[in-house]
Amino acid sequence: MNLISKRHSVLPGFGLAFGVSLFWLGLIVLLPFAALVYTAGGMSWADFVGTVTAERVVASIRLSFGAAAAASVINAVFGFLLAWVLVRYPFPGRRFVDALVDLPFALPTAVAGIALTTLYAPNGWIGRFLEPLGLKVAFTPLGIVVALVFIGLPFVVRTVQPVLEDMEQELEEAATCLGAGRWQIFRRVLFPAVLPALITGATMAFARATGEFGSVIFIAGNIPLVSEIAPLIIISKLDQYDQAGATAVAVVMLAISFLFLFAINALQWWAARRHGAGR
Amino acid sequence: MSSANPASLRTTTESRPVRYALTALALAFVVLFLVIPLVSVFWEAFSKGWGLYREALVEPEALSAIRLTLLTALIAVPFNVVFGVAAAWAIARFEFRGKSLLTTLIDLPFSVSPVVAGMMYVLLFGINTPVGAWLDANGFKVIFAVPGIVLATVFVTFPFVARELIPLMQAQGADEEQAALVLGASGWQTFRRVTLPNIKWGLLYGVILTNARAMGEFGAVSVVSGHIRGETNTIPLHVEILYNEYNFVGAFASASILALLALVTLAAKTFVEWRMTRQHAAARTRTAEARAAA
Repeated sequence: MNLISKRHSVLPGFGLAFGVSLFWLGLIVLLPFAALVYTAGGMSWADFVGTVTAERVVASIRLSFGAAAAASVINAVFGFLLAWVLVRYPFPGRRFVDALVDLPFALPTAVAGIALTTLYAPNGWIGRFLEPLGLKVAFTPLGIVVALVFIGLPFVVRTVQPVLEDMEQELEEAATCLGAGRWQIFRRVLFPAVLPALITGATMAFARATGEFGSVIFIAGNIPLVSEIAPLIIISKLDQYDQAGATAVAVVMLAISFLFLFAINALQWWAARRHGAGR
Repeated sequence: MSSANPASLRTTTESRPVRYALTALALAFVVLFLVIPLVSVFWEAFSKGWGLYREALVEPEALSAIRLTLLTALIAVPFNVVFGVAAAWAIARFEFRGKSLLTTLIDLPFSVSPVVAGMMYVLLFGINTPVGAWLDANGFKVIFAVPGIVLATVFVTFPFVARELIPLMQAQGADEEQAALVLGASGWQTFRRVTLPNIKWGLLYGVILTNARAMGEFGAVSVVSGHIRGETNTIPLHVEILYNEYNFVGAFASASILALLALVTLAAKTFVEWRMTRQHAAARTRTAEARAAA
């Protein structure tokens, strides 16, 4: 290990641990990525642009990111509310609800997909009440948002919850003594302190939602230009042995995801700095 | 969280109607988005009676899907344990150049759509790629076969154990391991007698998450499987096929196994979290006592 200087540690096993990690990382993660880059590199620029600007592809990418954004906003609101209630208001069955929040992590996405589709179909438990209101959820973009809300919920709750738990009560007591009302305290003291975590949670939910497939595919209806998500475009291109086309769509999806993550990291840095006193 | 103190509760909490209204709203959301979907899986599975439910699970294709799912998890989980422990040992116990890059790369599979993950393996091992053609000529199929399913599953579960162990081992520090070595223990002895007991709950936590994802993965596996009945279908893929054939009882019967797995996962996860908090609290008391004695 000349290249890598492991500085003064008496512990053994660095070579073995590092070697095993790097070998598997290379084989399982980096090699497939190399295949992606290689395939993308084999395309001419005109082919690439032609593929990713096709009407169906553009519509699907817009839908995937739009529905993910809508779902992460809904999750930010209700995830925050749920974390707030779980931390601050004792109620019977709180432990159970707390454990249940992780259900979307534990329940396979295909199961969530068929369950939600059956519930929101026009004759389903929930769909039958929405149908008379003229609200169609299953087999429309709205259904995609419902599935993505399900998938993303734990991300927001689990990032906001610890911050609310660690909040010092003295801060609130001091604000109360100084004559602030509850709403004022929430707006000026509590919310700014939680905001960075809330942005992180919503971002994680968003990132997960953009690429989500299993839970969405059943409820979406997959109508071209209307409810066809980007991952499905990739799959149908692969089914037609258009590997270059599938790669082009994947590259655009990855690029937009990284751009969003970068922008939101900057936003979060700004939020943490602006409310630096709150932390 | 010191809600036991009635005086502080009065000064820093909302009025009773507001509290009740917010709790009710949050619980309504939980019921609508979590409880009803979960209940509906079992409801639909048993809607045509116990007989049809049982029949749906013992037919050969369902059994073969269950076997493949178990096999996949049986390979993915131990792999993840070995990789996770090795990565955590290197990252949490040593300083080296490129450490933050390595940490970022380990997390990479989380930021890739499962479908793209599956696709990358098709690009690497597909029959019309150089590697895939060579393997095929030697009688070894990866894509549309079991190896591809295992690889895709390993990819999507790749970060779970490492991600759990790295912060845990960093927080624990190397003091106890160094002490063991100074006292004459060998490297393996130190690992087995000191490190492993310290990380066992974190490791188990990672295993639970890995197992749940490995058994339930859909997108990545769907791309590489080829959906060959009785051969390359896992339980989630079996659910999809039955559902698309309007065999709803069959689909939900298989789905109910996965839902049951999810419930077991949640219970196990809650238990391990509870143990970890206890271990953490005990460690803190020990440190405080040691400091007080010194």
